[in-house]
Amino acid sequence: MGKKIDEALVRKVAKLSRLELTEAEIEEFTGQLSAILDYMEKMNELDTADVQPLAHCLPISNCFREDCVKESLGTEKTLANAPQREGEFFKVPKILEESSG
Amino acid sequence: MADLQYKVIVGLEIHVQLCTKSKLFCGCALSFGEAANSRVCPVCLGMPGVLPVMNKQAYEYAVLTALALNCKIAEFTKWDRKSYYYPDLPKNYQISQYDLPLGNNGFIEIPLKSGETKKIRIRRVHLEEDAGKNLHSSGNFSQVDLNRTGTPLMEIVTEPDMNSAAEVRELAVELQRIVRYIGVSEADMQKGHMRFEPNVNLIITRGGTEFKTPIVEVKNLNSFRALEKSIDYEIQRQLDEFLETGRTMEMGNKTTRGWDDVNEATVLQREKEEAHDYRYFPDPDLVPVEMKGQWLEDIRCGLCELPLKKQTRYVNEYKLSDYDAGVLTAERSTAEFFEQVIAAGGEARRICNLLTQIGLKLANDAGCGIADLGLKAESVSELSKMIGDGKISASAGNTIFEEMVKTGKSPIIIAEELALVQTSDESELEAIVEQILSENQQAVCDVKSGGKKCKKAQSFLLGQVIQKTRGRANPRVVSDILSRKLG
Amino acid sequence: MDELLNISCKELRDKIAAGEIKSTAATEAVFGAIKKCEPTVGAYLQIFEGEALAKAAEVDEKISRGEAVGTLAGVPIAIKDNMCTTFGATTCASKILENFHSPYNATAVGKLLSADAVIVGKTNMDEFAMGSSTETSALKRTVNPWDVRRVPGGSSGGSAAAAASGMCFAALGSDTGGSIRQPASFCGVVGLKPTYGRVSRYGLVAYGSSLDQIGPITRTVSDCALMMNVIAGYDPADSTSVGEKAAPVCDYLEKIGQPIEKLKIAIVPQFNAGADGQVRKALNEAINVYKNLGAEIIEVDMPYLDYAIAAYYVIATAEASSNLARYDGVHYGYRTAEPKDYIEVYTKSRAEGFGKEVKRRIMLGTYALSSGYYDAYYLKALKVRNLIRSDFVRVFERCDCIMMPVAPTTAFKIGEKIDDPLKMYLSDIYTIAVNLAGVPAISIPCGFDEKGLPIGLQIIAPAFSEEKLLRIARMYEAQTDWHKKRPVIEVKE
Repeated sequence: MGKKIDEALVRKVAKLSRLELTEAEIEEFTGQLSAILDYMEKMNELDTADVQPLAHCLPISNCFREDCVKESLGTEKTLANAPQREGEFFKVPKILEESSG
Repeated sequence: MADLQYKVIVGLEIHVQLCTKSKLFCGCALSFGEAANSRVCPVCLGMPGVLPVMNKQAYEYAVLTALALNCKIAEFTKWDRKSYYYPDLPKNYQISQYDLPLGNNGFIEIPLKSGETKKIRIRRVHLEEDAGKNLHSSGNFSQVDLNRTGTPLMEIVTEPDMNSAAEVRELAVELQRIVRYIGVSEADMQKGHMRFEPNVNLIITRGGTEFKTPIVEVKNLNSFRALEKSIDYEIQRQLDEFLETGRTMEMGNKTTRGWDDVNEATVLQREKEEAHDYRYFPDPDLVPVEMKGQWLEDIRCGLCELPLKKQTRYVNEYKLSDYDAGVLTAERSTAEFFEQVIAAGGEARRICNLLTQIGLKLANDAGCGIADLGLKAESVSELSKMIGDGKISASAGNTIFEEMVKTGKSPIIIAEELALVQTSDESELEAIVEQILSENQQAVCDVKSGGKKCKKAQSFLLGQVIQKTRGRANPRVVSDILSRKLG
Repeated sequence: MDELLNISCKELRDKIAAGEIKSTAATEAVFGAIKKCEPTVGAYLQIFEGEALAKAAEVDEKISRGEAVGTLAGVPIAIKDNMCTTFGATTCASKILENFHSPYNATAVGKLLSADAVIVGKTNMDEFAMGSSTETSALKRTVNPWDVRRVPGGSSGGSAAAAASGMCFAALGSDTGGSIRQPASFCGVVGLKPTYGRVSRYGLVAYGSSLDQIGPITRTVSDCALMMNVIAGYDPADSTSVGEKAAPVCDYLEKIGQPIEKLKIAIVPQFNAGADGQVRKALNEAINVYKNLGAEIIEVDMPYLDYAIAAYYVIATAEASSNLARYDGVHYGYRTAEPKDYIEVYTKSRAEGFGKEVKRRIMLGTYALSSGYYDAYYLKALKVRNLIRSDFVRVFERCDCIMMPVAPTTAFKIGEKIDDPLKMYLSDIYTIAVNLAGVPAISIPCGFDEKGLPIGLQIIAPAFSEEKLLRIARMYEAQTDWHKKRPVIEVKE
């Protein structure tokens, strides 16, 4: 932390975010994100070595539901907002590789 | 090639689909073979605004599995988002567990061919949601079916403790047996309930120096056969590659390969441009799980005697053969039925024979488990005692067993109806023996003379007595009488 | 403004139930206001005139037959367009969801429907709730009813503007870093952000999941209490909503008129110093009103508040980058016209569908979570969050509530901050820490500046003490007339 974010990093992050940015956007964002990240350096003024991270505000744990079946939407409603469909399926341009996960 | 030895190192990652009624985070029913996109709701579709709620049964099944695998159960665990983009993953992140899995540091015992067992360490057990399916239609498009999205999956990761393809297969088979036993998964390979990803490499010793080949992960295997074959293939391929290129394991040179079942070879998958950055972080929509005392104990009660232990016990306690014990413990319901019959009384081996010889055959024919044939344990026990007491012969026992399944009548009634009751009455039988002997002087002479015709003559005389009694004579008793009379 | 529009929700509700006023009349009055003001103000993305009048008629019918009706029967309410409705679209003011029709209603919306409310329409907002001025809306521009050259605030700018100009009797907004309170203060209305977990988030399109809450925007404090009675409560569909045992819901209206005895108010002078002179003046005058009612004022220090913006923009954007990953042109939403492969479905749909601010925040969030930066940014921010919450916990041991400005200034000019994102972020300084700590806070009108622009007073209370918070707010409101002032809206010819 403490470095300005550079264009190469902005491109990398754009790729991770699946955003195709224009060159103009990359330039603009590089400047703006740098300024924002510089500001965030402020947090380093605080010594947090002995502080626990607070992911949840609420002291809730063990929130469950019973293993009961509920009615599904049904194929028509599921596909109602699909940008492209083929019969009962969502349709996308051909996927070439195995799952990335 | 002289002076070269190698050791195979395999770690296995297994995904097991749980047999809950509904999905992990929503109430959609689990599906197999239904119309595409018919088991989807806004939550598993990842629509704007939806939130996940954890299925309690799924969590308990996963903890039960971790217990069965001798894991330490985490007192505090949480849920993490694993981010990657793929059309079968509607939220473009998978809810999983990253650094605090619900179980860790366990082990599983597998039987080796030598008759001994080997402990394979389990690194972790955690719960996550499955993705949907991409199908490749003809032309330039793919089709996406989200029925499977959100199905509860258990991920089990072993340490690299296995040293052959056969051992890996044993582990997979044993794991299947265990998850079925404890009732958390059907583990039906046909339905894709278990998927394997072995990590394979070799430690090659040549000229006194040790070399490690780069680790290869083989993705998405869903049969024991593919598992074993792919590892065997990899071992040879890595050996060949090492001899050719000398390449060894370094940071970041782990590769991923797929299995081509047609050509029976592993295939390098498209190199990813950069390693995956899954950007794990705690899911803000889900709260942590605290596994507190009584709850854990309640789950632990669901743990039963596990299959390998049971099998060993049958061999030691009941003096069954390893093979027979294996047959009886292949499925929990069979073993339990066997134990119920034992509890009702009778000799273990005799009961084992009844169940393995005729019982399982009938069950297979009917496409159900032995416990579903409609037999009462007490009846089977009674039947085995009848055989033991000599009231009926062993083969009659099988016949009666079949009738019991068909008609539901008690063994003694069936035996009488079918005139299968043997007589072991010495005096009655002795009289008949006397009669047969007197009618068959030649045969008597043949037996008494010893020689080649003796055995045949003995059988003949025995057969005649049995015939005379219309099969009711207890052959053992008759043999004894004959021996006494003929010397 | 039509006199009918001047009465409170509660009064309207009571009179409709008693048959003294027809819901149809109230609804027609609202649509009359819409015809007059909407061309200028632009608060709504979607208007449901036909359905609203039909519902109003239905309610009137039921009441005249003596049938039971819900607690908001016949009251015209607006809904921010980031809450899923099965009627109309749910756009989040974004091109990427412009034609998205939800198959389910958000829980809070369902509760309004069960209460027999009349839904007027869905209001404009900053795209995906990311903004403090409603200027990042990709679909429409909303202006401040008090001065059409100025912003209404954000991200619930449409809801606040609609409430202020009589185009609804109350509205639902959402607040992640101040998005209810700040537009409420800019538009001279009341806005409440409940405790995190008090109102279900199911159906609220997620932005910062550990920060988001739905809350009411109304013209009076009692109306906020009335709305809370309808929307608050545990929802089994939301794992982060609090259960009945842990924090039971009460009747927020029951004792609303009852002041808090021996009220102790904390103020943070050092922190307030960053606000505009006139804002500070209004704040001090408001504090004096409380003093005259017998309240004790104590000065406290909350040193970690200075770090709230930095921590917020890491946490909120990190969560947002993940929450918005699902907008990929595959299963719903906008898809680019001719993707050459499936990767372009993602990269082009998202590039074309999202506005700049959304893209910026997604990038920030992705960066903060990425390998090598996670510890330095995300983890660090979560620790800072803990420190900020500890500030609140510590102060609440000594007081009933904290009072401070809502924003450093009154409504700024359209276009003034939009090109400088950091400048925009810094204006959230007074509201943002509240979301990090998860506590409830309300903005109530407490005056006007020299330009005639409304100023809001922020009151912050401990978790799950909304009932007390509303009473504290009502104490001030009962002594003042600010909430009765109405903007005069330039009507476009």
